[in-house]
Amino acid sequence: MGALDHKLEPTVLTTTVDRLVNWARRSSVWPMTFGLACCAIEMMAVGAAHHDLDRFGSGAFRATPRQSDLMIVAGTVSFKMAELIKRLYEQMPDPKYVLAMGACATGGGPYYKYGYHVVKGIDRVVPVDVYVGGCPPRPEALLDGLMALQAKIDRQHVITKVPIIGAAT
Amino acid sequence: MEFSGIVARIEEAHPSAVIEQVVDEEVTKDPFAVLDAERLREVMQTLRDDGNLAFDLLLSVAAVDYPEAQPKAKKKADPPPDPIPGRFELVYHMLSSVRNHRFVVKIKLPHVERPVAPTVCDIYPTAEWHEREAWDLMGVHFHDHPDMRRVLCVLDWVGHPLRKDYVFPTEYHGISCE
Repeated sequence: MGALDHKLEPTVLTTTVDRLVNWARRSSVWPMTFGLACCAIEMMAVGAAHHDLDRFGSGAFRATPRQSDLMIVAGTVSFKMAELIKRLYEQMPDPKYVLAMGACATGGGPYYKYGYHVVKGIDRVVPVDVYVGGCPPRPEALLDGLMALQAKIDRQHVITKVPIIGAAT
Repeated sequence: MEFSGIVARIEEAHPSAVIEQVVDEEVTKDPFAVLDAERLREVMQTLRDDGNLAFDLLLSVAAVDYPEAQPKAKKKADPPPDPIPGRFELVYHMLSSVRNHRFVVKIKLPHVERPVAPTVCDIYPTAEWHEREAWDLMGVHFHDHPDMRRVLCVLDWVGHPLRKDYVFPTEYHGISCE
């Protein structure tokens, strides 16, 4: 017996499928537990009490790609790691998103010129949705990146008419 | 024990194993002894087992690439002088936690493109990964090393990245490196 029992009339809400599904998706973007370098420390700070990633529904860091929606690539990606990142990305179920956190993941960062071992941007390995600059980015910047991703999810269409190629119109 | 005492002890046990010793303060603040590469292992054994030396810790094995230096001709008309042969040196930093003294050993490697050095990882097991790192990044091969694989780079990486003449690859497994 909840507090709202018999307080509200039976109600019907109308909305679109897009808005309903996007609302559900953006309200529970679960990231993968996965940090590569110093950016991961900032990412942990975002998850902790002061910045509280849970406010955005993203506090549930999953320990497996099978349950994750978002891959936050937080740190320097070496060639040795790049293939594993690709495999992790492929193991994530759709819909899946990638956030490149920090200068290294976005474009190689300080290792761009003389780093023989660093992938110059994680977008050479997996498709990236949001880039967050900084070295490392402040926790607020990562939150902003997450909100940008939520805005992007809000613009998605769940059901679309797929034009049949070659069909007479 | 002071540096000179350590060198004297080595020379006593292994005559003519020390090729050169640099103690001049103006050249280096950290005196070192250059050893005959062929006799590195026997000297290392003494450094560890001799009761007065008692070097129980090998702190690091570092490889240094000195590229061939081209000295300038004295007059413009002169033909260019022969280049100074350089290339690989190994530096061993040692510490005795028992006697509280330190020592630096260097060896110069004879081969230029494919340098080979004797391994010391049966004397100091900590050298195993240090030597693998020297192989990975500098291409110094260690004779009789039990596990001479790369330690940092991907196993199928081409070349040794910290060499002065290293050429960056253009792609790795389809990932562009440009």
